[in-house]
Amino acid sequence: MELTFEIFRFDPEVDTAPRYQTYRVSADPTERILDCLNRIKWEQDGSLSFRMSCGHGVCGSDAVRINGRCALACQKLVKDVAEAQPVRVEPLPSFKVLKDLVVDLEPFFEKVHWVKPYLLGGPEAPEKERLQNPEERKKLDHVIRCILCACCVASCPVTAENDRFLGPAPLVWAFRYIFDGRDKEKENRLRRVDTPDGAWGCRNHFECTRVCPKEIPVTKSINIIKREIEKVLR
Amino acid sequence: MPERHTHDVVIVGSGLAGLRAAVETAGRLNVALISKVFPTRSHSGAAQGGIAAALGNEEPDSWEWHMFDTVKGGDYLTDQDAAEVLARDAPRAVYELEHMGVPFNRNPDGTIAQRAFGGHTRNFGEAPVRRACYASDRTGRVILDTLYGQCVQRGIQVYPELSVVDLVVRDRVVCGVVALDWATGELHIFHAKAVMLATGGFGKVFKTTSNCFANTGDGAALVYRHGFPLQDMEFVQFHPTGIYGLGVLISEAARGEGGILRNRLGERFMERYAPTIKDLAARDVVSRAIMSEIRAGRGIDGRDFVHLDLTHLGKERLAERLSDISSFVRIYLGIDPAEAPIPVQPTCHYMMGGIPTDVDGQALDAQGRPIAGLYAAGECACVSVHGANRLGCNSLLDLVVFGRRAGRHMAAQVPKTDLVPLPSQSDAFVRERMAQIKERTKGVRPVLLRERMQQEMMERCGVYRTAEGLEKALETVRGLQEEFRRNVFLDYRGDRYNTDLMEALELESLLTLAEVILVSAASRRESRGAHSREDYPERDDRNHLHHTLVFRDETKLHVTAKPVSITRFQPKPRVY
Repeated sequence: MELTFEIFRFDPEVDTAPRYQTYRVSADPTERILDCLNRIKWEQDGSLSFRMSCGHGVCGSDAVRINGRCALACQKLVKDVAEAQPVRVEPLPSFKVLKDLVVDLEPFFEKVHWVKPYLLGGPEAPEKERLQNPEERKKLDHVIRCILCACCVASCPVTAENDRFLGPAPLVWAFRYIFDGRDKEKENRLRRVDTPDGAWGCRNHFECTRVCPKEIPVTKSINIIKREIEKVLR
Repeated sequence: MPERHTHDVVIVGSGLAGLRAAVETAGRLNVALISKVFPTRSHSGAAQGGIAAALGNEEPDSWEWHMFDTVKGGDYLTDQDAAEVLARDAPRAVYELEHMGVPFNRNPDGTIAQRAFGGHTRNFGEAPVRRACYASDRTGRVILDTLYGQCVQRGIQVYPELSVVDLVVRDRVVCGVVALDWATGELHIFHAKAVMLATGGFGKVFKTTSNCFANTGDGAALVYRHGFPLQDMEFVQFHPTGIYGLGVLISEAARGEGGILRNRLGERFMERYAPTIKDLAARDVVSRAIMSEIRAGRGIDGRDFVHLDLTHLGKERLAERLSDISSFVRIYLGIDPAEAPIPVQPTCHYMMGGIPTDVDGQALDAQGRPIAGLYAAGECACVSVHGANRLGCNSLLDLVVFGRRAGRHMAAQVPKTDLVPLPSQSDAFVRERMAQIKERTKGVRPVLLRERMQQEMMERCGVYRTAEGLEKALETVRGLQEEFRRNVFLDYRGDRYNTDLMEALELESLLTLAEVILVSAASRRESRGAHSREDYPERDDRNHLHHTLVFRDETKLHVTAKPVSITRFQPKPRVY
């Protein structure tokens, strides 16, 4: 089928303002939007820049906004968007555009690092594995699916207004260590996010949950953190 | 002038091998980690099924059995001294990952859960054994995230979105790399006492592959271009179960959990090819079985795929242990694997060959001597623990075991080493080559050359090979190399995020490696592991129980043999 794309173009070194460029591509209904972007780049316009790598929703590189909704270009198929043409592809909102669909994710990763995304397990190092109850481990099932694509942060209405808000994905990573029974710093971790720009910044808009390509219950996880703060710290 | 950086060690690649080495050297050496993607985007994260270690949490197991399976899986081309290191160190490596925080699935008693995987057996081949430690079907992803966290904690300096485009070599001593920064288009020179390559595989040589777009073998190609050898490049693993048409991987864990391959007649055909362990035979065996069924007209609807049947596993088990692959199948095929079988075909998955190294990650020259200043680990390297065919779950293990050992060796040796002065104009070669490509205003686009290479390699150098086919493919690939040199042009000449240029440089790596794969495959006139010659269908230990080395000097290309280390297990017929 024939598809019309309108793609956001901006090279801050050359352009004074962004523009939308129209491309026509033929693609099968079951092909990925990423396949279309590649066809455009390879066959029509090599100046179009975007990130990609694994092509099947595991690495998190190709997060963009497709027809107003943040998603991975490799996880959306042509048939999903064919009804709503032209298909508008834009960079993730809330981030500085470096070129075309490539945004500056540095501030995002800084926030992920801020939550200390590593186990603080205390001094003991047993000879074998530390034992962990399967039920305890199950609490982490959803949050370890996060691939740091930043779709959630880009869709968050709170982040859009307040760039100091920690944001959904960093809170998901905070959750991952707060609720890992092997971690010895639970209280400190809770204190760290017990701030107006931490867990309490979330206003339950649920946009993060709606867009998450890995179907993580993001908002619910943030609310569980809030409850744990009430329970442990108050 | 290019920006200059000086570090004790430069690690290229941020998958598990690179990250594990970085963790090992942290605090002891000044390390730089260069990666063309942001670290958590590395392709180690796509590994699904598990990491092998004889923990014996589910049933009795031993490292000797694991070592035997690895050697037999590699069709006796595995270096047994290295396989012993791998199998013995595996339990320690997994416990260490657990201590770092990897969220492995657990048994009711709290120990790490383990499941069956292809080629892993108890008591030297008697029956499948549960040896794969896993976190659902995203084991690679959670280990990547964990090791990345360890690097964050240790403050490792990361240079993301830089591609290494040349090695700096002075009098056969590697003393740095030249890298291209995608954000600015600027070249950087990294000056170091040691360079470690952990740049991964190069499945993008082939049309159908489970590999990511970034898997273009840049590190291996650079080593070869500098006259150093590549080893066992003919051994390319085709994973039996790629999603039909797309190549995306359906983990072997699907069969480890009880999934069954079926042909057009609904027959469990693996019973005929591997009577003892059936669907859990080694990957090369299963891929050939699928191709045989397809050739005999027993593909589904007579077409070029078979079915992977998971319908009897039940929704709960699929959700708990195979949730990612279930979602891939839903998204890309519109199929619920609990309700309908999955169409699959072999997909290029893993390169057994690469930069020859010793068990401490030191890269070796054609005479087997360490190359001063150069280390390699992971898929770009060839230790060789995988021989002619890698077993599932042995690659994640390889990455953390030999990534650590390379890091440890560097931490011990580098402080005793002086920085070799950089040659003048270290970046001159790259600068000129890039200028040539950028200056051209007409010619052929990289994509056309790449697609022809991928098609040709798939057709003539896939699961089955012949002398005639390999010769034709070699002619084609050399023609494409020539066309690349004379004619390739870019649509975009700007500096910022010029992915057009990036893909052209990657194509140059791929074309280099395709040639080496073909030359190696043509030289091996036998069938062993993943290398299946229709004109030489038998394994020939008399003439070919050796590794293949390919290297070139100013005048010509050399193919030489290197002995295999055989310590505990004498070669035997390989029956599953």
